Amino acid sequence: MGALSSSTIFRKVAMALSGLFLMIFLLQHFAINITSVFSAAVFNEVSHFMGTNPLVQFVLQPILIGGVIFHFLMGFVLEWQNKKARGIKYAVFKGSANSSWMSRNMLISGATILAFLGLHFYDFWVPEIKHKYIEFLPEDPNRYHEELVHKFEDLGRVIIYVISFFFLSLHLLHGFASSFQSVGFNNKYTPLLKFIGKLYAILIPAGFAFIAIVHYLNN
Amino acid sequence: MKLTLKIWRQENATAKGGMQTYNLDDVSPDMSFLEMMDVLNEQLMAQGIDPVAFDHDCREGICGSCSMFINGEAHGPDRLITTCQLHMRKFNDGDTIHIEPFRAKPFPVIKDLVVDRSSFDRIQHAGGFVSVNTSGNTQDANALPIEKAAADKAFDAAACIGCGACVASCKNASAMLFVSAKVSQYALLPQGQVEATDRVLNMVKQMDEEGFGNCTNTGACEVECPKGISLENIARMNREYLSANLKG
Ligand code: HEM
Ligand code: SF4
Ligand code: FES
Repeated sequence: MGALSSSTIFRKVAMALSGLFLMIFLLQHFAINITSVFSAAVFNEVSHFMGTNPLVQFVLQPILIGGVIFHFLMGFVLEWQNKKARGIKYAVFKGSANSSWMSRNMLISGATILAFLGLHFYDFWVPEIKHKYIEFLPEDPNRYHEELVHKFEDLGRVIIYVISFFFLSLHLLHGFASSFQSVGFNNKYTPLLKFIGKLYAILIPAGFAFIAIVHYLNN
Repeated sequence: MKLTLKIWRQENATAKGGMQTYNLDDVSPDMSFLEMMDVLNEQLMAQGIDPVAFDHDCREGICGSCSMFINGEAHGPDRLITTCQLHMRKFNDGDTIHIEPFRAKPFPVIKDLVVDRSSFDRIQHAGGFVSVNTSGNTQDANALPIEKAAADKAFDAAACIGCGACVASCKNASAMLFVSAKVSQYALLPQGQVEATDRVLNMVKQMDEEGFGNCTNTGACEVECPKGISLENIARMNREYLSANLKG
């Protein structure tokens, strides 16, 4: 932590690495969820594996939760330090003339994602933990798809999810390319990388929204 | 042109400042922005009011001293220019123009629009140089073969005039564009290699000690920089910094 408190560049790189890690996780999460649209059997099988494999449960899951907490705490710290670095505020500041809305409002999009994560944990993680480690209910390898579909019967929840995915998209429209710049990657491949970043930032959140909407309509 | 000017007035470094409104009735579109300020100051002096203090020297985009934050942008609305190169034809009759000092904790206001940018000097002192023996035995620079592309990029980085527009424009008041230009101009050349490790470590350390903010790659600096310094330099400095830390 000494390095993180001492250097703006280390903080920046840590932010980028945690962001990159979350984007890889998101890809994997999407790959599993999309199966629920096509095949309940496949979704159940993968979910059962993820829910019972000790490596996933006791190594990867804590790392993921740690990564999320680190990322958003760091995001708040950076923002607070940056506000302080300005001192007296400008009477007129025309950020739109030189930078994108997404790049200037990572904290707003991030905080929206954080609020969503609260709901998302309440929806899926808390019942899961209760099922397995508190009530010690018998393991049923076929329960996952039904539980998922059941959640998306509620239109209100679907709308909140879709709005959150929109903010996730805004966050990643800046975050994807930004994280590569932070770790020092800026060369002839950067235009291609930015293009891939745009695709990722639009398609992945749109895909998540698609899954939520399909389950709502099927109900 | 008739203009309404809203200008930050601050008696001295410790006084509390505020925006003041002034009217100018006869501004020519051919004037430069600083000439317009001169006209305003003539008018103020005739009225017995303290003229607006502002920094300027070369008035041709070289010295980098003419720091002004005009209508929410460093050096005003035009691109790749300093305030002294901005013309009144960029504005319209009847406009209201907000003029503020460059704002950052490490750029404290001295008076009105004049800020103290010696934090940049201290960053330069920390490593923005190459140590050369000048006792008469200096090697001819042309004796070292240098790849054209690297030389071009080093020259581009060396175009930085230390004006501070990058800091002023950045929502985080980050000085990464300035420091990265100063690191890059040497990192790209063989002459810079000998002191490369200490240079980047010391300059970044000084930058952080001065209290500039953390870069979040908004890119505002690159757009507002009068010399078109590229964000590529920031990525290069991040690489230099990380590898310098590995070397210890
Ligand atoms: C938990 C809620 C979250 C908050 C509060 C948050 C906040 C932030 C903030 C303030 C930044 C720094 C701004 C910047 O560097 O431009 C940032 C950057 C980033 N975030 Fe998040 N974020 C959150 C969740 C996520 C998630 C879930 C992902 C990915 C799936 C993500 C990916 C990124 C990326 C890639 C960056 C760019 C890193 C960089 O520029 O170096 N964030 N986030
Ligand atoms: S990088 Fe550009 S904006 Fe920043 S100090 Fe140098 S010339 Fe000025
Ligand atoms: S007065 Fe020298 S750059 Fe403007």
